[in-house]
Amino acid sequence: MSGHSTYQPQNPVLKWLETRLPIGGLIHSSFVAYPTPKNLNYWWTFGGILSFMLGVQIITGIVLAMHYTPHVDLAFKSVEGIMRDVNYGWLLRYLHSNGASMFFIAVYIHIFRGMYYGSYKEPREVLWILGVIIYLLMMATGFLGYTLPWGQMSFWGATVITNFFSAIPGVGETIVTWLWGGYAVGNPTLNRFFSLHYLLPFVIAGVVVLHVWALHVVGQNNPTGIEPKSDKDTVPFTPYATVKDGFFMVVFCLFFAWFVFYIPNYLGHADNYIVANPAVTPQHIVPEWYYLPFYAILRAIPDKLLGVLALFGSILILAFLPWLDTSRVRSARYRPLYRQFFWLFVLVCLGLGWLGSKPAEGIYTVLARILTVYYFAHFIIILPLLGIFEKAKPLPNSISDSVLGAKA
Amino acid sequence: MTMQRTFIALTLAASLVGIGAAQAQEHGAPVPPPQKWSFSGPFGKYDEAQLQRGFKIYKEVCSACHSMSLLSFRNLAEPGGPGFSEAQAAAVAADYKIKDLDDKGEPIERPGRPADYFPSPFPNALAAAAANGGTAPPDFSTIAKARTYERGFPWFLIDIVTQYQEQGPDYIHALLNGYEDAPKDFALPPGGNYNKYFPGHSIAMPKPLSDGQVTYDDGSPQTVDQYGKDVAAFLMWAAEPHMIARKRIGFQVMIFLLVLAGLTYFTKKKVWSAVH
Repeated sequence: MSGHSTYQPQNPVLKWLETRLPIGGLIHSSFVAYPTPKNLNYWWTFGGILSFMLGVQIITGIVLAMHYTPHVDLAFKSVEGIMRDVNYGWLLRYLHSNGASMFFIAVYIHIFRGMYYGSYKEPREVLWILGVIIYLLMMATGFLGYTLPWGQMSFWGATVITNFFSAIPGVGETIVTWLWGGYAVGNPTLNRFFSLHYLLPFVIAGVVVLHVWALHVVGQNNPTGIEPKSDKDTVPFTPYATVKDGFFMVVFCLFFAWFVFYIPNYLGHADNYIVANPAVTPQHIVPEWYYLPFYAILRAIPDKLLGVLALFGSILILAFLPWLDTSRVRSARYRPLYRQFFWLFVLVCLGLGWLGSKPAEGIYTVLARILTVYYFAHFIIILPLLGIFEKAKPLPNSISDSVLGAKA
Repeated sequence: MTMQRTFIALTLAASLVGIGAAQAQEHGAPVPPPQKWSFSGPFGKYDEAQLQRGFKIYKEVCSACHSMSLLSFRNLAEPGGPGFSEAQAAAVAADYKIKDLDDKGEPIERPGRPADYFPSPFPNALAAAAANGGTAPPDFSTIAKARTYERGFPWFLIDIVTQYQEQGPDYIHALLNGYEDAPKDFALPPGGNYNKYFPGHSIAMPKPLSDGQVTYDDGSPQTVDQYGKDVAAFLMWAAEPHMIARKRIGFQVMIFLLVLAGLTYFTKKKVWSAVH
């Protein structure tokens, strides 16, 4: 699907390079000539935004690591040193901590967009699964990073999450001790978390390359969900997609900057400004907002092992989405019933998120159980059946037809 | 069209999510009354005179028990803070005795220098706890960001737009003004003091401030209400010393991004104008 490369360097040095390593042609066919459906809406700009956010996180993170000390007695102090004494350290740190949240906001929109328009369906299964892997890596990276400031939530969050593995029968306790590098979350834990937090973003970058590669093999889905049929249905990536992505990236940066400069601690937790104290447990241990739906699923289930399995299952089930959704029609635009179930599913995820921030007691547990059952039912019952029973609306003949039809 | 529908749906979703959050205040303590802070909002700035009064309270009262170990005397003279001159900050430092070693390695006490950190009132956390009924008084360096109360629905969403983020100072002010006699049916544990705003109401710290206790030379009212505001503002600065620079740069960044967004939007429109 990569566009026919018309790349013909004039510069003698580039000509010389091109005959030895055709990297110019690769860039040209991937990011200039690459045909992109002309009807993509702004929900399609989040792929670019996510690449940008990965870059922001890596660059700010590398500089932060120059000033950070991964030691239980010094970590909190060194982060405060960054905030107080490093030139623009407050900016780097707030960009990085809020950047993580922005990264997750963008990835959730990106995932829901894929669900709404059926972007995971044949032939884009591998593209989708690579995306799920990136998301899992992001969750691991975010969790490891939240431990590093060594505040109360850092410490207790790390304790709670690593304890998940103790639910594994037989070897659970041994695995947890191995993860901690000791008999409790301590200095060895902080050291290895720092090391892994630095490693994983580069693993993410690697899988992103595969994700983009897969994308460029199968081509982008589009709001109609039907494949481009002729050159009339596509426009070259540059300038069309570049300028559109660029515009919305700036809009996203406005949103990002609002948090960084005006409410930098809004998405964080006040307890993380208290230095970690293994002797004092916070009243409510709450993970970062982006894990809350999964935290609610974990706590909804009374059995520890089953709870942990449900938590991981709720993420891994995404990888099976291409086969759980039996409908041949991709886009929710032509699936009147699926469209309603999709929005219901979004509401359920938001509801689980809210429940994750509440104490696991009384009505909250009951609600969390209902929504957890629905979450899994959406994938295991509703999607397979919907494809069989739903009557789809007639599809347009081509992207061009749908665009012209919408305008008339 | 799809975008619009999605936005409507998202807004609806957001409001549904928050409905039950109205019960957020179920854990007892009343909500701290919001105060007017000079540093709130996108153009908020610390009031130098207020920070200086707050520092006076910290120095004369709080510092007897509470450390502020991440701040150094030089911070008092840095831009965006209480506005001490370098000579004044040096004079403040010189009033403190700092433990050090002489060049023979013998422990000595010398007068403080601007680069020194505020010395802690107790030699270590155990000593601090032992002298205070079992719990060390919390360090003050980040306390204004480490204290909060739950906002509940819909306020937690509205706060994004209004930029309300002064839960910490509001709570500190409320706490200092929240000492009262325990209700008859409240079983106050030994060593506890009743405070309306403290979670659980039984606080180890006895009422630290009373009217007229600290002398102001700028004519500000010498009341617990005013003391509470001043020390809370001071602690906010201590926790977030670069706030003024952050908001100033933030405004510049916003203007830049708005202009850039406008330019890219019209470029996009021009580029796409030929596509049907």
